[in-house]
Amino acid sequence: MTPLSALLVRDMRIAVRVGGGALIGVLFFLVVVTLTPFAIGPDLALLKRIGPAILWLAALLASLLALDRLFASDHEDGSLDLIVTGRAPLELVVAAKGLAHWLTTAVPLVIAAPLLGLFLGIDEGAQAGVVLTLLVGTPALTFIGLIGAAIAVTLRRGGLLVAIIVLPLTVPVLIFGVAAANAAVAGPVPFGTPFTVLCALTLASLVIGPFAAAAALRLDSE
Amino acid sequence: MRLNAVDLACRRGGREVFSGVSFRLERGEALAVTGRNGAGKSSLLRIVGGFIRPGGGRLWLDGGDAELTIAEQAHYLGHQDAVKPSLSVFENLQFWADFFGDRAIRVHEALEAVGLSAIAALPAAYLSAGQRRRLSIARLLAVKRPIWLLDEPASTLDTAGKARLAGFMQSHLAEGGLIVAATHGELELSAAQELSLDQKNRSRATEALEPAEAAP
Repeated sequence: MTPLSALLVRDMRIAVRVGGGALIGVLFFLVVVTLTPFAIGPDLALLKRIGPAILWLAALLASLLALDRLFASDHEDGSLDLIVTGRAPLELVVAAKGLAHWLTTAVPLVIAAPLLGLFLGIDEGAQAGVVLTLLVGTPALTFIGLIGAAIAVTLRRGGLLVAIIVLPLTVPVLIFGVAAANAAVAGPVPFGTPFTVLCALTLASLVIGPFAAAAALRLDSE
Repeated sequence: MRLNAVDLACRRGGREVFSGVSFRLERGEALAVTGRNGAGKSSLLRIVGGFIRPGGGRLWLDGGDAELTIAEQAHYLGHQDAVKPSLSVFENLQFWADFFGDRAIRVHEALEAVGLSAIAALPAAYLSAGQRRRLSIARLLAVKRPIWLLDEPASTLDTAGKARLAGFMQSHLAEGGLIVAATHGELELSAAQELSLDQKNRSRATEALEPAEAAP
């Protein structure tokens, strides 16, 4: 097994085992989206209008939940020191950890989204579009989040700091994600316009995230 | 292969921990770093391992792989065991072996050597401190790297474990490896150079204290 696939498999194993936190995100997502109709009331037209925004907000917050442990747990038990002495480039190591995090925390959200969309009155035709925006947009959230997780790695309770660092950077993703999801549900903007911008944001963060996070980790170890 | 250090210094948090540390370590030689608590034994190992930048001086390796840094040719065994509690003993070691590459022996042989093969399938959460340390030591055996940086490696081991560790260290040296170990003297290594961080710095440490004491 290559170093990077070994790391990917290890992180996914840890995430799905006891205390790993892979399901925390999807449970939080479930709770927020389920409670929204109770809070807003049975106004189906209103729910339908704000449904995509609720789904996206819940997905954004859920993907932040486990993020602060991404490097901190490896830092605390000394694994991060050893990972740095590996021969795999740190940027790729960070990207592999990000991919493992996305697969274990964001993919369950994407899978749960169609079911939760029903709660918010999103009809079947629009479901596919909303789910597609989440599938394409959540990697951007994870890879931007890598930067915050790497900066806060040495802090014992860095969770809130990670959120403060990461949330402003995720605003463009949120705007275009919700815009594309809204376009899928109601129009009148064509779906493709905001969706291509969302794709571009994701591609950019896939490149920038690992480099920035690796640089932060190198500084942290000083 | 020769590890050289000339006039190394270390500053942590604005305070000078040590300075003027020099050594030269040839193939098959061990360096025992001694000193009181806070003398900078761990810091010296972390400087050699590339985790912290030296405050001064030079550190280089002759005859190693020029493509790799010293850290990439070294095993670092620190105070933390880098063991994931939710993975089994076998999975923990398997991961490091896969991640580092350069297998020396098979994973279960390394576990056998440190006496953990009977509990290879047990989640590492159930291990005692000494067993976790043995699992870390198994990493040194499973992956081949010429330089071993050991930070008080025997601290949680029982008598049998210490004897085994001494055996591993001797055979590593016999194969032409290098060992830098921080120790309080519990390791019996024949033909180890000793580097004490105490005498060099005692005068500096008191100099640094005096102005503070003199202040009202």
